[in-house]
Amino acid sequence: MSKTRDVLFDPIFNKNPIGLQILGICSALAVTSKLETVVVMCLAVTFVLVGSNVSISLIRKQVPDSIRIIAEITIIATLVIIVDQFLKAYAFAISKQLSVFVGLIITNCIVLGRAEAFAMKNSPGLSALDGIGNGLGYSVVLLIVAFFRELLGAGKLLGFTLLPSINDGGWYMPNGLMLLPPSAFFIIGLLIWGLRTWKTDQAEEEN
Amino acid sequence: MKALRNVLDKIHPLFSKGGRFERFYPLYEAADSFVYTPGEITKGTTHVRDAIDLKRVMITVVIALLPCFFMAMWNTGYQANAAMQLTGGSVEGWRGTLLGLLGYSANPDSFVDNMLLGAAWFIPIYLVTNIVGGLWEALFSIVRGHEINEGFLVTGSLFPLICPPTLPLWQVALGISFGVVLGKEIFGGTGKNFLNPALTGRAFLFFAYPAQISGGTSVWVAADGLTGATALSAAAEGGVKALTTMHSWFDAFLGVIPGSMGETSTLACLFGAAILVFTGIGSWRIMLSGLLGAVSLSALFLLVDSSTNPMFALGPLWHLVIGGFAFGLVFMATDPVSGAMTEEGQWVYGALIGLMCILIRVVNPAFPEGMMLAILFGNVFAPLIDQLVLKYHIKRRLRHVEG
Repeated sequence: MSKTRDVLFDPIFNKNPIGLQILGICSALAVTSKLETVVVMCLAVTFVLVGSNVSISLIRKQVPDSIRIIAEITIIATLVIIVDQFLKAYAFAISKQLSVFVGLIITNCIVLGRAEAFAMKNSPGLSALDGIGNGLGYSVVLLIVAFFRELLGAGKLLGFTLLPSINDGGWYMPNGLMLLPPSAFFIIGLLIWGLRTWKTDQAEEEN
Repeated sequence: MKALRNVLDKIHPLFSKGGRFERFYPLYEAADSFVYTPGEITKGTTHVRDAIDLKRVMITVVIALLPCFFMAMWNTGYQANAAMQLTGGSVEGWRGTLLGLLGYSANPDSFVDNMLLGAAWFIPIYLVTNIVGGLWEALFSIVRGHEINEGFLVTGSLFPLICPPTLPLWQVALGISFGVVLGKEIFGGTGKNFLNPALTGRAFLFFAYPAQISGGTSVWVAADGLTGATALSAAAEGGVKALTTMHSWFDAFLGVIPGSMGETSTLACLFGAAILVFTGIGSWRIMLSGLLGAVSLSALFLLVDSSTNPMFALGPLWHLVIGGFAFGLVFMATDPVSGAMTEEGQWVYGALIGLMCILIRVVNPAFPEGMMLAILFGNVFAPLIDQLVLKYHIKRRLRHVEG
């Protein structure tokens, strides 16, 4: 029981894919200027993660070692195309905002990383939990980053104005840096700093 | 003065190991070594014994900055007074009340009036910078258990000098916080920062709130609703012609032009440069190579010329006296922590900054001024340059061993 729990919840704080392994950073920089796009992106990545983990775990004993990466990528790419087409059909506006980054989930290191590190060695059930867990870990970081970027950069959350900006007659002066991708670097950096202060075993040893 | 020493000695046990306020030792240490020379001496035989220490280095830089401080106040006041004389405006808010009490009469020809008005704009920014920055510095010292470093004295003097006079005070606080925390403390404090903290803070404001730090023309003269373009943005718009109708070259050299408070006067920077070079604290190699880099590239642009970009025709003489070039090269690029350390490396590093500055000014239409970004760019490359120089030396010497 405790193993299943660990598989599901460890990736959220203890082994966060972004915070500890520093994977999946490019999408964390690119899509996080608005909370809305981030929610969709997180759902998409989690769907692909769970799907690829389960499928790869199912065929893990049949696939020869030498061509496993090709098989994994084929599965992941198929899933990403499904997500992409789905978004284009049912959420066209958001799909346009996410633009190329949905397609780039194929190269998101977290997906291939979990397939290689976990799904190839574990049962489909556990792999599904691992997919959900890592999806959650990824989502937690992205949601926090997008929360600060949208709130401080535009004074809004999910499109609703919380801090009325000066241009609209309010008092808040939007922070333009927060709308630029580098601000995600600062926020992720501060998050990692906080995380490693809280869980000191995550800090790297000084050499 | 003996009484002060006695008080400090008396409370020393409270702050030393095992004392009641052990956690706050950095605060005690800072107060003590601010007023007295530290009592510790070098132990053992292998150390170079020299009177110069971090404290003296930093104080020297602050002394070298004094002409710039003076110009910052006088020129800020002069620009505002002159502008108000033209438009008939007056100083508003608490500044107006305070200056009225001091017998201020808004006369741009009066030295005292200019200094008073300039001080009323400069000193609040200076105080906010040092109080907010100092609080961060003290907080990190207490949590990490190291001593408060004199390094902040320089950052806290440089930062207000590179702000426009009208910068809102909360932005000053935000900027210096970003500079001190993300530019310095997270890397381990003074001596471990790879970027210049004052410039990091300014860069943050530059991208976060462009309207207040470089937007349009209304931020450079501290008088309500009045506009005055900086020399650089005027040149970017209308070339040398527009520039010379506004200011003479000599005005720009003396610093009687609108701009960030402390950076307008090339003359004041030259005084500072003389002090830094004479005391050996600022690297003359960086200053000279930066100068050569800027002169050669701007001369090249002058020769090539362009029919669409008036900045090409500006020429080296103008480039050296307008914008933050002189101030940045003398006080920022020579920062011994974030700059290159090897002698050969300093030549490359300085030249890189000079070239980049002119390149950004002339070719990049988005930014009229390039010195801040050029120095930060140089800072990032400084460790790499040093690394290559060291590698080259090791390789060269190995040849002797093998030969």
